[in-house]
Amino acid sequence: MASLSRPITVTASPSALGELRSNVARRRRWDVVFAAVGVIATSVGVITLLALFIDLLLDGYHRLTLDFFLSYPSRRPEQAGILSAWVGTCLVMSVTAVVGVPLAVAAGVYLEEYAPRNWVTTLIEINVSNLAAVPSIVYGLLALGLFVYALNFGQSILSAGLTLALMIMPIIVVATREAVRAVPHAIREAAYAVGATRWQVTRDHVLPYSIPGIATGVIIGLARAIGETAPLITIGALTFIAYLPDPPITTTPPFINFNWLWSGFTVLPIQMFNWVSRPGTAFHANAAAAGIVIVALTLVMNAFAIWLRYRLRKRITW
Amino acid sequence: MPGKPEALEHHHIVRAFDEELARLTSAIVEMGGLAERQVADAMRALTEGDVELAARVIDSDRKVDELEERIDQDAIKLLALRQPMAIDLRTIAMSLKISNDLERIGDYAVSIAKRSQRLAEQPAPKPLQQLAVIGNLCLGMVKDVLDAYVERDAEKATAVWHRDQEVDQQYTSLFRELVTYMLEDPRTISTCIDLLFIAKNMERIADHATNIGEKIVYIIYGAEINRPRHEVE
Amino acid sequence: MKPSIALASATESRVQPMADPKVKSRIRNLNFYYGQMQALKNINMDIFEHAVTALIGPSGCGKSTLLRCFNRMHDLTPHTRYEGEIRLYPDDVNIVGPDIDPIEVRMRISMVFQKPNPFPKSIYENVAYGLRVRGIKSRSELDGRVEAALRGAALWDEVKDRLDEPGTALSGGQQQRLCIARALATDPEIILFDEPTSALDPIATASIEDLIISMAGNVTVIIVTHNMQQAARVSNYTAFMYLGELIEFGATNELFTRPRHQRTSDYLTGRFG
Repeated sequence: MASLSRPITVTASPSALGELRSNVARRRRWDVVFAAVGVIATSVGVITLLALFIDLLLDGYHRLTLDFFLSYPSRRPEQAGILSAWVGTCLVMSVTAVVGVPLAVAAGVYLEEYAPRNWVTTLIEINVSNLAAVPSIVYGLLALGLFVYALNFGQSILSAGLTLALMIMPIIVVATREAVRAVPHAIREAAYAVGATRWQVTRDHVLPYSIPGIATGVIIGLARAIGETAPLITIGALTFIAYLPDPPITTTPPFINFNWLWSGFTVLPIQMFNWVSRPGTAFHANAAAAGIVIVALTLVMNAFAIWLRYRLRKRITW
Repeated sequence: MPGKPEALEHHHIVRAFDEELARLTSAIVEMGGLAERQVADAMRALTEGDVELAARVIDSDRKVDELEERIDQDAIKLLALRQPMAIDLRTIAMSLKISNDLERIGDYAVSIAKRSQRLAEQPAPKPLQQLAVIGNLCLGMVKDVLDAYVERDAEKATAVWHRDQEVDQQYTSLFRELVTYMLEDPRTISTCIDLLFIAKNMERIADHATNIGEKIVYIIYGAEINRPRHEVE
Repeated sequence: MKPSIALASATESRVQPMADPKVKSRIRNLNFYYGQMQALKNINMDIFEHAVTALIGPSGCGKSTLLRCFNRMHDLTPHTRYEGEIRLYPDDVNIVGPDIDPIEVRMRISMVFQKPNPFPKSIYENVAYGLRVRGIKSRSELDGRVEAALRGAALWDEVKDRLDEPGTALSGGQQQRLCIARALATDPEIILFDEPTSALDPIATASIEDLIISMAGNVTVIIVTHNMQQAARVSNYTAFMYLGELIEFGATNELFTRPRHQRTSDYLTGRFG
């Protein structure tokens, strides 16, 4: 009882209070200093990017007409367009998505949910993380050996799509694992506790709840693949193409056609690279316009990823 | 003796609880000291015909009642605030009952004192001697049972419990003796009835001391002294 | 005849809170290991049918570990090992035996966890999940059993008009009752509670306790709790554990008024061990 009724000791005499305030002010100063450093650092990055993009816009915006999208490349810069390039990009991307995403998601879920915790798994995990950091040209070399020659897929859309799929797989695997890991353990326990099997837990809970994270990883991976040039040049993308691959959808049964997979191709960044390497400012304007398209595509995809994550996350709370 | 006594060798993690329990125990001890003193004084007032001492005994009852009330409040506060378990629960619950026994002992001492005041006006009757023997037995029991409480000594408490029989036997023989006196000489009836009531009061004091002994054993072991029914009168 | 202090021995005098209790489960020489670390040491204990058994003891005493043996939750953690038996009656199987599929055990014994953990799905789907994993698809059967479970968890009246709303939108106490409904929906033989009220306020705690008391009689309950008063309030039997060992097991009213072991007494009365 005695301890309860003890009077509160008065420590804050006027002089002590002054000391206390100057102490706070002294330490506060560093808050301001760091905030300033941070603003400067951030500005450097943002302003540089903005400057680059504005430069690109100024150089290329006048070429952004409908014709630009509907024309094949040409020796005459004002007639040249990106038709074969964006069609090639779309087709390569669909191969990449169809092959890469399921494989990567399955691998990520397996590593996180199923794989036994032993040295083999650890080795695989380390490798996957490192693969994400391997330079893309190395993937190109690998693909040249494997897809183009060994499997004899040739210098085709299929080879290109598979190469890029291989390249973005580690990114999606890592994103999937992060997303899967973010599902609280308590949710898994709850499902196991009512008698669910591992597959039921994965199908009914882990996957649905980690879709926002996985989707973000997928889009970011694809956005990276869209801008890739080096591995595709390695496997032999054409730089000048004045035809389109066979359309995937036909008017005669079975209405679907896979000949396009074997077709030669070019993609937007390669088209751009081709134009940049030519003499003459007119082609450079074309390159800038193609650059705007790529940047815009990437930005749209990233925005979509953010929106998707926001939309889906809102429905999932623990 | 099956079952191990629960010891109190460790301190409570909440030290204030230790202090409060100690306070409760010391209040019981204080109250016991007062009741014991009342009994002793009442006996002396009776044997020595000391009317003033008897008056002091009657007067001191207020203090005993106050203590009982304080113990009740403390015990209820402990039950409400500490949610005691096991030996703590038994200690607190039994302190409520022990204080009640002590209060009754005090009341009987007062009753003895009152009758001793009346008896002091007459010449000392013959059976007073035997009454003093019973009184000393009772006083010894009260004293020992309080010692047993302070020392948490189950053996001692049980010993007190056994001595109740002796008091009962003495009481029965005194009862017969007094009845004989009254038959022989009806003029002694009023005095003898006073003596009889005093003897009854003493016998009740011994009963309460016995009760306290039982409660001490319950505090220590969490079990009651196993008493065959025919022993209880 | 001289009276004596015949202190009734603990086994003789045990007040059975239930007339003629049937043994639902019998733990025999149970040891449990996390890797090299032995977390449970030679546990022997009976769980009585349709009674509430509380496991108490200081943190790290193994009470949660013991509870999680009952539905083989440890199988989700690598490098764990059971030794000995937990026999489940009436069919007398050893549920920690290597030949028994943990899924089978979990279909008979369900669990309510420390923190309410409803799925981020609708209230209805939360309760129905245990039935869905069993392959029950009939809408009418699901409807009936979901309602029965929600009534059993005293939640039906509060949620019957909003079964499609997410379970995570409920209050903490309601979420925990939803989890109880989820556990009840599959008609388990035993329900395990792992500190079910430690994240709840006193009112929500009281309603969960009321629920547990009313459930006993229909289902066997084992509850782990840090709160001794809670064990005293809800359970018929209490086991006190310390450092992976079962120190004392008995009827709750006996254990709390006169524990037989000094260590139990020290723990119950809040003394240094």
